[in-house]
Amino acid sequence: MSADDYFREGDPVADTKAPSGPISERWESRRFSGRLVNPANRRKLRVIVVGTGLAGASAAATLGELGYRVSNYCFQDSPRRAHSIAAQGGINAAKNYRGDGDSVHRLFYDTVKGGDFRSRESNVHRLAEVSTEIIDQCVAQGVPFAREYGGLLDNRSFGGAQVSRTFYARGQTGQQLLLGAYQALERQVAAGTVELHTRHEMLELIVVDDRARGIVVRDLVTGEVSTEIADAVVLASGGYGNVFFLSTNAKGCNVTATWRAHRKGAYFANPCYTQIHPTCIPQSGDHQSKLTLMSESLRNDGRVWVPAERGDDRAPGDIPEAERDYYLERRYPAFGNLVPRDIASRAAKAVCDEGRGVGPGGLGVYLDFEAAIGRLGKDAVEAKYGNLFDMYERITGENPYERPMRIYPAVHYTMGGLWVDYDLMSNIPGLFVTGEANFSDHGANRLGASALMQGLSDGYFVLPNTISDYLADGPFEAVADDHEAVAEAREAVNDRIEFFLNNDGDRTVDSFHRELGKIMWEYCGMERTDEGLRKAIGLIGDLKDEFYKRVKVTGGAGELNQQLEKAGRVADFFELGELMCIDALHRTESCGGHFRAESQTEDGEARRDDEQFSYVAAWEHGQTGPVLHKEDLVFEYVKPTQRSYK
Amino acid sequence: MKLKLRIWRQSGAEAKGRMVEYIVDGISEDASFLEMLDVLNEQLIAEGADPVAFDHDCREGICGACSLVIDGQAHGPQAATTTCQLHMRKYRDGDVIDVEPWRAGAFPVIKDLVVDRTAFDRIIAAGGYISAPTGTAPDAHATPVAKQDADAAFAAAACIGCGACVAACPNGSGMLFMAAKVAHLARMPQGQPERHTRVLGMVAEHDASGFGGCTNTGECSAACPKEIGLDVIGQLNRDFRKAAAKAA
Repeated sequence: MSADDYFREGDPVADTKAPSGPISERWESRRFSGRLVNPANRRKLRVIVVGTGLAGASAAATLGELGYRVSNYCFQDSPRRAHSIAAQGGINAAKNYRGDGDSVHRLFYDTVKGGDFRSRESNVHRLAEVSTEIIDQCVAQGVPFAREYGGLLDNRSFGGAQVSRTFYARGQTGQQLLLGAYQALERQVAAGTVELHTRHEMLELIVVDDRARGIVVRDLVTGEVSTEIADAVVLASGGYGNVFFLSTNAKGCNVTATWRAHRKGAYFANPCYTQIHPTCIPQSGDHQSKLTLMSESLRNDGRVWVPAERGDDRAPGDIPEAERDYYLERRYPAFGNLVPRDIASRAAKAVCDEGRGVGPGGLGVYLDFEAAIGRLGKDAVEAKYGNLFDMYERITGENPYERPMRIYPAVHYTMGGLWVDYDLMSNIPGLFVTGEANFSDHGANRLGASALMQGLSDGYFVLPNTISDYLADGPFEAVADDHEAVAEAREAVNDRIEFFLNNDGDRTVDSFHRELGKIMWEYCGMERTDEGLRKAIGLIGDLKDEFYKRVKVTGGAGELNQQLEKAGRVADFFELGELMCIDALHRTESCGGHFRAESQTEDGEARRDDEQFSYVAAWEHGQTGPVLHKEDLVFEYVKPTQRSYK
Repeated sequence: MKLKLRIWRQSGAEAKGRMVEYIVDGISEDASFLEMLDVLNEQLIAEGADPVAFDHDCREGICGACSLVIDGQAHGPQAATTTCQLHMRKYRDGDVIDVEPWRAGAFPVIKDLVVDRTAFDRIIAAGGYISAPTGTAPDAHATPVAKQDADAAFAAAACIGCGACVAACPNGSGMLFMAAKVAHLARMPQGQPERHTRVLGMVAEHDASGFGGCTNTGECSAACPKEIGLDVIGQLNRDFRKAAAKAA
C-alpha cells in the first residue's frame, strides 16, 4: 500500500490575505487595508472566545476593551488555570536592550530557521515586529519581570539563541504573563463587556450558511448542553500534546474544540509537527500521569552527559571525568548544550538507544551542575534555579545540588493546528484560531520562549486588528435556536454523551488513553519510519474500534462527570492520532520536530527535502478519509539552508 | 504500599456528605498523591462505583486547581508543596489517610472534593488589576523599577489562587489571597494610580462573598504552597486604612 492509499490530494490552498511588498511593511499594510468597525457598532457584535490561556484571555480582554460583546469559555474553574500558567522559561522580544546585535530582522531570521523553513515568512516577521509591544504591554499591566539593580529589565539567552532577548519572571514567566492577561480579562468582566463561562466545555461548532456562527457547550457542573450564537468564533484552546497521554501538558488539555471544528470543515495543518522537549523529569513507573518539564534555561549552566561506556551503572559521582561523554558539547562544539530542542532530544534518545542511558529503564541522561556550582558558587546557582531544583527534589527525592539531575525528552508542544490565513482566520469564514491551537508561526519546530510570544501576539495585537475586517460585514442574520444547523450540532453532542453513558463496556477511558499514547510515542514520537507509521495507523484503528465497544463510563449526564469529559476527549484523540500518523507518513522528509529515519544526513541529522516538501500540509476531513491541500511556502528573505549547529 | 483512605463523598452541592473508607494497594512511593487517587478511581470504575471527583490540572504545582485537605492540612503534610506535588514517599505502608475538600463558607462543595472558588475571580474583578488597555503602553524601559521592589512584587505575585489559605483559616478568610494581589500591584510603580480604589473594591467584594475576617492567626501563610508571607496582609491593612480615610 502506498502512502497515497491513506488519503487523496485536493486543490492547493492559498493564503489570500497575505500582503505582498517589502516584508517589514506587510503588517502595517494589512492593518491599513483591513476594514474597521465603528465603535458604536462594536457593541452590536458578539464574539465567542474558547480558551483563557495567553491567546484566549488576551484576545477576550482586548476585544472587550474595544467594545465588542465577548463570551469567553474555559473548562477550568477559573481562567487563571489555563496551561499557559505553567510556562517557565520566558518570552522573546526583539528589544535589543542588551545591544548584542538583536533586531526584529534577527528574531525573524532565527524563528524561520529554527522552524526549519516550514513556516510563513510574513507571519513570522509580524510576530517579531509585535514582540516588542508585548513587553511594553505586560510591563504596563504590572507583570513583575526580572530586573537588574539599575531597575531595567533583565534578559537571558535561551534555547539556542546567540543573543539575550528572553524576558523572564524567575521560572514562572507563563504564570505572570497569564495573570496579567487574566486580570485584564477580569477587568472587562467587571466592565460588562466580557461574559465569562468557567467549567464549560465546547463540544461542537455551529456553521450556518458556511460561516462559523456559534458553539455547543456542556456545563460541566450541571451537565446542561446549550448553544450560543455569535458573529465570530475564536478558538484559543491550546495544543494536542496529550494525544501521547504522557506529556508536559496539563491533564485537561485536549484537542476537542479544534477537532470538532476540523470535522465541520476547518483544515488541520501539519499535525505531525510535535515538539519533544529535551529537559523533562524521566518517567518513574506505570502510575505516571504526566511528565514534568524542567526549564530549558537549565541548559545555560548545566552540562549534559552519559557514561562513555554502555552498562556503566556506577553512581554519577564515581564516574571520572574521562569516562563521561558530554555528547552535546562533543557533537555540537559551537552550540554545545544549547542546541535547539529537537536536536537535543534526538541526541538523548540516540545515547539511550546505545544503552548508555541512566536511571530506571536506562531512559535518562544527566544534567550536571557541578561545574556551574564550582564556577558561580552554590548561592548563585540557587538564586537562578532554586525553584526548579526544589521541584526536581520533590518529584524524584534526589538533591540536584549533590547529584546530577536525570532528564529525558517528553512531548511538550504541538506546532501543528488548525490552518489559518494571515488574518488568523481558518478556511471557515468567521472561525479564527489563535495561539498553540493554530499552526501558523513555528514551522516544524518552535524555539524556546516563543510560545508565550506567539500567544500574546495573536491575542493582544493580531486578532483584535484582523477580526474587524471580517466583522465589518456584521452583524450577521439572527440564527434561531431551532435552526437546522443548531439543532443538528446540539443533537450530535447529546448523542455522543448518551452513547458513552449507555455503552456496556468494561475498560476505563484512561486505560485506552494510555495505550493510544504508547502507540503514538513509539511510532510517531521522536523518530518515525514508514513501516512504523503504517503499523501505528493499523493499531490505532483497532484500538479505536475496541474503545467504542468496551469503554465504560460511570455516572450520569446531568452532573459533574469527569469520566464522561475524558471519554469525549479521548475519542477525538484517536481520530487526531490517525491523522498525525498519515501526515507523518506522507512527509517522507525530516524537518524540525518531524524526524523520518529514512531522511537523515550521514552524521544522523535531519535532512529536509525542499524540492518536494516546502509546503504546509492542510488536511480536510473527508467522508472517505483525509484530503490533502498544499500551501506552497515561498522564501524571499531567508534562504533555506540545511540547519547546522555544529 | 497498602493504604486505607477515608474520603469525603458528596454527590452534589445540596446532598449530605460523609467520609467513606477505601483500600488501595500496590502504590509506588514514586507516585504522586493524585496518581494514588487515579489508581483508586480506576479501581472504583472497574467495580462499577462512582469515582471520586477532585480538581486537578497541571500536576506540577502552578495552576492552583488541586485542593485537598489531607489529614487536616490543606495540601497535606509537606511544606511549600501543592497536593499534586506531594509524593507517596512521604507515607508508609499501612497508613490511614483522611482526604477532604476545602471547607469554607465562600467555597461551597460542588461534588466530593471539588469546590466552587469563583469568589476569588470576583475579588480580582473588583480591582485586582492595573488598567492598561492594549496598545497604550509606553516603552517598557520608560519606568525603571528597583530590583528589590520588583522582587518583592514577584514574591507576592507568586500566589496560585488555590485557596489553601482560606481552607486553613479558622475564619475562612480570603485575606492572604487578596493581600497578595494588593501587595504585588502596590509594590510596582505602575500600580500606584489605582492603589486606593483597588484595595477598597477588593475588600468590599471579599466581605460580600462570605469570606470571614482576618484575626492574624497566620495559618494561611503556613499552609500556602507558595510561601506567601504575612507581610502582604500588613501592607493591605495599611493601604486600606489610608484609602478608607481618604474616601471618608
